Amino acid sequence: MSAIVLLVVGLLAFLTGVMIYSRFIANKIYQLDPDFITPAHEFQDGVDYVPTNKHVLFGHHFTSVAGAAPIVGPGIAVIWGWLPAFLWVVFGTVFAGAVHDFGALWISNRHKGRSIGTLAESIIGRRARVLFLLIIFFLLLMVNAVFAVIIANLFMANPGAVVPVWGSLVVALLVGFLIYRTGAGILLPSIGALITLYVMIWFGEQVPFTLPDLIGFGPTEAQLAAANGDASVAAEAARLDGQRVGWIMILFAYTFVASILPVWLLLQPRDYVNGHQLFVAIGIIGAGVIMLNPEVVAPAVNQNIPADASGWFPLLFITIACGAISGFHGLVGSGTSSKQLAKEPDARYVGYGGAIGEGSLAVMSIIACTAGFAVYLSRDVGAAQGLALWQQHYGSWEGATAGAVTAFVNGVGVLASGVGIPESVAVIFASVVVISFAATTLDTAIRLQRYIIAELGVEYNVKIVQNRWAATGVAVVSCALLALGLDRGAGGMRIWPLFGTTNQLLAGLTLLLVSLYLIRKKRPVWVTMIPMTFLLFVTTWAMLINLSRFFSNNQIMLLMLGAAIFVLEIWLLFEGIAAIRRVRAETIEGPAPQSVTDRLP
Amino acid sequence: MPTQDDNLGMSTHSTLGSIRRWLRAARDIYEGMYIAPYRSAIHREYLRQHDVFMLMGFSDLLGVPNPIQFYMLELYPSLIEEFHEWHVRMGLEHPPEGGFRCC
Repeated sequence: MSAIVLLVVGLLAFLTGVMIYSRFIANKIYQLDPDFITPAHEFQDGVDYVPTNKHVLFGHHFTSVAGAAPIVGPGIAVIWGWLPAFLWVVFGTVFAGAVHDFGALWISNRHKGRSIGTLAESIIGRRARVLFLLIIFFLLLMVNAVFAVIIANLFMANPGAVVPVWGSLVVALLVGFLIYRTGAGILLPSIGALITLYVMIWFGEQVPFTLPDLIGFGPTEAQLAAANGDASVAAEAARLDGQRVGWIMILFAYTFVASILPVWLLLQPRDYVNGHQLFVAIGIIGAGVIMLNPEVVAPAVNQNIPADASGWFPLLFITIACGAISGFHGLVGSGTSSKQLAKEPDARYVGYGGAIGEGSLAVMSIIACTAGFAVYLSRDVGAAQGLALWQQHYGSWEGATAGAVTAFVNGVGVLASGVGIPESVAVIFASVVVISFAATTLDTAIRLQRYIIAELGVEYNVKIVQNRWAATGVAVVSCALLALGLDRGAGGMRIWPLFGTTNQLLAGLTLLLVSLYLIRKKRPVWVTMIPMTFLLFVTTWAMLINLSRFFSNNQIMLLMLGAAIFVLEIWLLFEGIAAIRRVRAETIEGPAPQSVTDRLP
Repeated sequence: MPTQDDNLGMSTHSTLGSIRRWLRAARDIYEGMYIAPYRSAIHREYLRQHDVFMLMGFSDLLGVPNPIQFYMLELYPSLIEEFHEWHVRMGLEHPPEGGFRCC
């Protein structure tokens, strides 16, 4: 089948979602009111609460939710074939993810622009707030560990990406300096920065950089066993471990500094320069698919599922979180976006539309990994052999998780050649795009983790972690330990399903809050209850499978982490059932009195 | 009258008009991606620096002698508009004794 069909069907489905389903929800369920005075107007302060043009707000919201996750998740999930991944991305986005993002924005807008955490406390109770903080803590812990490993692996697989990625930091610092210190305007520094970045990508290909092994590990027993007694092969594997650990340590040292520097100095200009890459990448993939019209070589449903991977149901739903439904979006929607809504009806365009943008990125990733990557593999050996090589790449769960980004990067390389970009340069470009996204998320997530740790410090009265440096230190060290603790970083991608589960739990919590509010308003609740029930059902089932796998593989660290998340999941389940029963009872009998004094005449 | 589509801000009035609207929307989205995410952080930093300046300028109102008060006199007319917002932000419901009568 042609990849153009996949692209067109995906985009048409998204368009239908935007035009029909989101309109139905806006009019019949959420009943958006153009006369509602939004928090942006009610509490306007020029800082957080600012009524903002809906297109500006869409741009802000979309950049905040877009990241590397919708690229990586589908890149792994195509192990079950392209069809299950494609259907989950399309239906998940239209009926669950976009409804969730839209709902988070709407409910926050109806509650003075409060965030999901504060809403959980006021709607469900104090325990829910701690539950919320813990879910976020685990989510950020895992996202930082996974993304550091992804970047380290990309640096090792594509040494040409090292110069442009680190060079872009210097460019970003210069852009920040020019814009804020010399008043040079925004257009010229941006154009200059983009040109410099693309020159550096070309230059990076000429001057690849391989990090020397700074650690000097000896081979592990597993590496010796895998090498069948060949000492040089085992030593080479240990050397790669040293390189990976070196990169991970450098990355965390960088994030420590980046999350403490003022945002205008590094973070803003860096995101600014990187943000362009998103559009360039989507444009190149889209144009490449149309120009090349590649065949989707990968099977629709993979019949030869590797022995170490379970069936697609229910693991698919925790492998693709971002790109279908992601709780992280609710944090953004209720955190910053809801404080800037100029009119309530804008929530549909910003919330629903933002999720659709993310879903489109996931569709592009599926195409790059199943069509582009397969063309890359069959280049010298023919289509039939290419399919065999593709199946070999996705021949084990371990290989699929570790190789998802490789598949995407090489797939984009092939598609980019369709628009005349040399493939070797395009591969580096794609690596730079993924690294930029992952690094942006890393910076932001470490910064957020710092806030969460400080907030937990306030909650439990631990003075030391309320300090900025100490909180950042705890955030960086805990994430680095998790990343390095799994086979010296080589097993970091094993965390991915746990990351997906935690993300889904957060989405479940948000959908629960929206459902409770809808019950109180006596409106149809199925639009949020069905996705919530489905999510909790599949994540619980998938977690049980994962836990038994970790147990039988004797993976203690993952087992402990998984068990902690499983406890949170059960906790959320009970809180949810109790809250729904309580709110149902309230709506039948009328709200319960606040205290005995309310009964007095 | 152009009809405003409630979805994407499209107009069915004329091709030229809708192209112009699409371009304007694209420019706004672009602004949202690169400026809006940091506007509040940067504005907060600006206010922090500005508040320190205001504190120095009006330190004598709070009982701290201001050695350059004479030179500050010239600045007062341009600062008076921000004086009210400043003292409210600083947690003073009413202006300090001897300040401008702003509220």
